[in-house]
Amino acid sequence: MLSEFLQFLFSGLTVGAIYGLIGLGFAVIYNASHVINFAQGEFVMIGGMATVFLMAAGLPMPLAVVLAIAGAALVGWLLARIGIETARGAGVVGLIIITIGASILLRGLAQVVWDRNFHPLPPISGDAPIHVFGATLLPQSLWIGAALIAIMAALRFFFDHTRTGKAMQAAAIDPLAAQLMGIDIRRLVRLSFVLSAALGALAGVLVAPITMTYANVGVMLGLKGFAAAIVGGLGNPLGAIAGGLVVGIAEAMTAGYLSSAWKDVVAFVIILFVLLFLPNGLFGRAEVHRA
Amino acid sequence: MVIGHGSVDMSTQRHATTPMLEVIDLQSRHGRIQALKGASLAVRAGQLVALVGANGAGKTTLMRALSGVQPVHGGQILFEGRDITRATAGARVRAGIVQVPEGRRVFGPMSVEDNLRLGAFTRSRREEEEGLERAYALFPRLKDRRRQLAGTLSGGEQQMLAIARALMARPRLLLLDEPSMGLSPLLVDQTFETIQRLAKDGMTIFLVEQNAFVALSIADHGYVLEGGRTVLDGPGRALLEDDRVKEAYLGV
Repeated sequence: MLSEFLQFLFSGLTVGAIYGLIGLGFAVIYNASHVINFAQGEFVMIGGMATVFLMAAGLPMPLAVVLAIAGAALVGWLLARIGIETARGAGVVGLIIITIGASILLRGLAQVVWDRNFHPLPPISGDAPIHVFGATLLPQSLWIGAALIAIMAALRFFFDHTRTGKAMQAAAIDPLAAQLMGIDIRRLVRLSFVLSAALGALAGVLVAPITMTYANVGVMLGLKGFAAAIVGGLGNPLGAIAGGLVVGIAEAMTAGYLSSAWKDVVAFVIILFVLLFLPNGLFGRAEVHRA
Repeated sequence: MVIGHGSVDMSTQRHATTPMLEVIDLQSRHGRIQALKGASLAVRAGQLVALVGANGAGKTTLMRALSGVQPVHGGQILFEGRDITRATAGARVRAGIVQVPEGRRVFGPMSVEDNLRLGAFTRSRREEEEGLERAYALFPRLKDRRRQLAGTLSGGEQQMLAIARALMARPRLLLLDEPSMGLSPLLVDQTFETIQRLAKDGMTIFLVEQNAFVALSIADHGYVLEGGRTVLDGPGRALLEDDRVKEAYLGV
């Protein structure tokens, strides 16, 4: 009984942490631009696929990972620079549609530049499972948890203690007032895409040893990350992480106790429930906005 | 309540020099609505200039155009003789044009001190620290509340914070959009005393106000904006005596 529950919990926390990392990317971009970036899943894909192919080219894994994350960050920058900035007049809905287009384009490019196959990545420190009360825990899960905690600490520091981080907060609260302080919103939007792309790519590298990676891996992961961001209350970074864990655990419990056929449905039921009944998310902070 | 401080004479002496800010026939649209149809004015170094006008006359549009956050469709803005009509908002802040926006717009969920530090976004670390000291010396109340969230301050304190935050950017020209808005008469007096104190210390100030009486009584020079055009100007006290101004804005 307990071992079964623990098993589901471990697997839920593992994927949930990944959803949280992806959801964090949604939150960061949303805060800077009010755009929901539906190409977030493709950053995850680029992270995993680029690492696979750089390693195949003979690079050691750490270097391949760093280059893959940097490459995704560059794609994020280009998306902001070309997709978002040149279409400033398009309005938020127009910009969201542009990110959907970018997501389709990136998936197509990945199939052409790389391939259409499934690829594994080696786990960071082997795959000898750890036994906890009859349940097994993969070392990769611990790495994912550690990465999530490190990212949260780094982001906390960035938003609370650096000038750029505070400027991002201010711009999220009141973009006009921020501009009147001389804060360049366009630069912050670019930065938010770079940051989100890097976070997504890292998630892609971390999850690939568990789920494998392929050109379309970002479709489902992106939607789950979106669910995480919605559950956490759009634009709330810590909420997105908590939301990811909620979605991940709900999914794992459903797959374990009901049927794995229902697994993907859970995330969408949660999205609908939250949007209908808790539009500010589970941890909804009321909008503080004064004209 | 009204204290004239005699700089009207000084400003007439300065008439020969180029103005610090010169706005020439400025036009601006919100979509299809033409909000500014030809606003022209000049602000000389050391002056306190007030522009008054009714609701919807284009005052806020003019202020936003001056700060570079509202597109301009015609005319020119010159700052110290340089054309800045197309300069970015950030470049204008760095050049020294800093605005206290209508409705104060402090960053409510952030601390008072964070709000102030953000005001110095375009300045060096050292200038930021110096600015913070000056701001706390000028507004001791803000020092007492520096850890408090800005959104929890009273309206008057938020106005203080908004002005202090703008001063953190080391303005050469301070723009104030409707500083009396939403404040009780007592706080309006306090705010305008602060503005006069800054003017006395040599700050060049351009403010727009719906409250024509309080604004024109302290202004060296005043303008009247109507339907997006500057239609009348003159020394502040003289405008107060003008029959047209009296009738339209002072309800006399």
